[in-house]
Amino acid sequence: MSQGSATTGRPNYAAGAAATLWLLVVALPLWVLINATLKTRPDYTDSGPLAPPSHPTLQNYTDAVTSGFGRYLLNTLLVTGAVVGIVLVLVPPLAYAIVRGRSRATSTVFRVVLLGLAIPAQAVVVPVFYVISSAGLYDNLLGVILPTAAFALPVCTLVLSGAMRDITTDLYEAMAVDGASAARTFAQLVLPLSRGGLSTIVVFSALQAWNGFLFPLILTQSESTKVATLGLYNFQTQYGINVPGLLAAVVVSMIPVLIVYLFARRALIQGLMGVGGK
Amino acid sequence: MAQLTATAPSVTAPRRVRRPGGPNVGRPGIGWALPATAFFAAFAVAPLVLVAVLSMTTWSGLGPPQYAGFANWRTLLHDPVMRTSIWLSLVLTALGVVAQTPLSVLIGVWAAGPQRNRAVLSAVYFVPLLLSSAAISVLWRALLDPNFGVPAQMQWLFGDGNLFGHRSTAIAVLVFVSTWQFTPFHTLIYQGAARNIPQVLYDAARIDGAGRVRQFFSITLPQLKNAFITSVILMVVGGLTTFDTVLILTQGGPGTDTTITAYYMYEKAFKGFDFGTGSAIALVLVVASTLISLVLVRATGYDKMRSELEGL
Repeated sequence: MSQGSATTGRPNYAAGAAATLWLLVVALPLWVLINATLKTRPDYTDSGPLAPPSHPTLQNYTDAVTSGFGRYLLNTLLVTGAVVGIVLVLVPPLAYAIVRGRSRATSTVFRVVLLGLAIPAQAVVVPVFYVISSAGLYDNLLGVILPTAAFALPVCTLVLSGAMRDITTDLYEAMAVDGASAARTFAQLVLPLSRGGLSTIVVFSALQAWNGFLFPLILTQSESTKVATLGLYNFQTQYGINVPGLLAAVVVSMIPVLIVYLFARRALIQGLMGVGGK
Repeated sequence: MAQLTATAPSVTAPRRVRRPGGPNVGRPGIGWALPATAFFAAFAVAPLVLVAVLSMTTWSGLGPPQYAGFANWRTLLHDPVMRTSIWLSLVLTALGVVAQTPLSVLIGVWAAGPQRNRAVLSAVYFVPLLLSSAAISVLWRALLDPNFGVPAQMQWLFGDGNLFGHRSTAIAVLVFVSTWQFTPFHTLIYQGAARNIPQVLYDAARIDGAGRVRQFFSITLPQLKNAFITSVILMVVGGLTTFDTVLILTQGGPGTDTTITAYYMYEKAFKGFDFGTGSAIALVLVVASTLISLVLVRATGYDKMRSELEGL
């Protein structure tokens, strides 16, 4: 039905129609979103989200950034940077040990990591709350950073060890013949040759941190530790009536991700496929 | 996050503990794995154990938890909201699978094809995947608002326009929004699998005179079996544990009409400050999603990891 033209040589109209329909389902709400943010508040109240703005304005965006949402974005940026940092420090040595280690312990570690893939973060929010508040990190950005990074580890380890397996044995042997230590092999061979995998885990963990909602929701409460996703939720409950302003904040929170998507689409999609597909 | 879990079986297979060849010189010791393992154990594995412990305690968030035996469990057993929440979770999960699977199979197989406009369209398709649940839910909450949203202007389609005010329409909204959000991810799974179907199968079918529809049902669909199981398991685990969407879109309402188990856990623990009962509900969720995944894996023979390429 929708197998492409390679199989039969003529265009597949049914699949094309289905694809176009889904394109509308995805793109229309996004278009309505942008449209609504360009309207003034009275204009939105009068004519709703669908009608084009009578006097297009960018006021909602300036308001969004100056109303405290800028601060939330900064917090999100901080959390994202720290999570990516932790992942980059912890995951490469782990993946290296999993791929090249000879001890029974490393294969046990690998199994634990795989088990970790099956732990839904939602199911452990209460104990994470307990651990973080016992450690005195409640309402502290570090308290959000640590569990967010921990839950990004399994996927990142899986992706990176996949990339490291592609390095051929010959290269390792050449290093060993030269008498290179594990550390030197890691620095001079493994890291440079797994650049693709590294960029995938950077993009993936950054996305997880940037979009994270669950841990900030239960682990922070003050204005000074609020991240963007939580800010959106609070805006909605507090100033529910200023819809164009709220939606402008939604757009602002999306922009950095969309920019990354433009430049690192391949790394991102590959990371996601490595997780779900093969 | 939960959507990206539980792909363990597909990765363990090709791994061997002892690999042939290569000297032992310059091999990393277990020390290389320790920091990450310790970190992961502290923040992900330990909580999993702790959730069982906390389910046997009363804890209001202040002071130390008090041992309470099975009190929380007895309360839950007689709690009508808990019972309906389990039913609701199953209904929402099932509706999600039914809505998302045909869509993602079709789009995934299409996106795996060689059409010229495919790359551009796929780039747009995957946009929802990049957005946070919070942003998506806030967006749809605003678009579907009964007073200022789209329904208020299209009453011929939406009736009184209060989609969040009735049980069936509130459920429909939740299913629709999660379909909008997660179909791209499952599309990726099917796209990857469809790309791996050997062209020779289609060539053989064509020689036998099979048309496109016949090829789709006799070759493409059977070849997507493993992708199907992976995708459904992820939908089940994800569906059972979703609560951010419910929190932002319906707050479990009207009344408790969309209070699914995961949201009920959040409400008990973080709104009612009854962390003991919250933990008990969380444990129910973990056990339920693990069991369902195991049953799916067993029932479909996925655990034997039979390759779809057998006999080629």
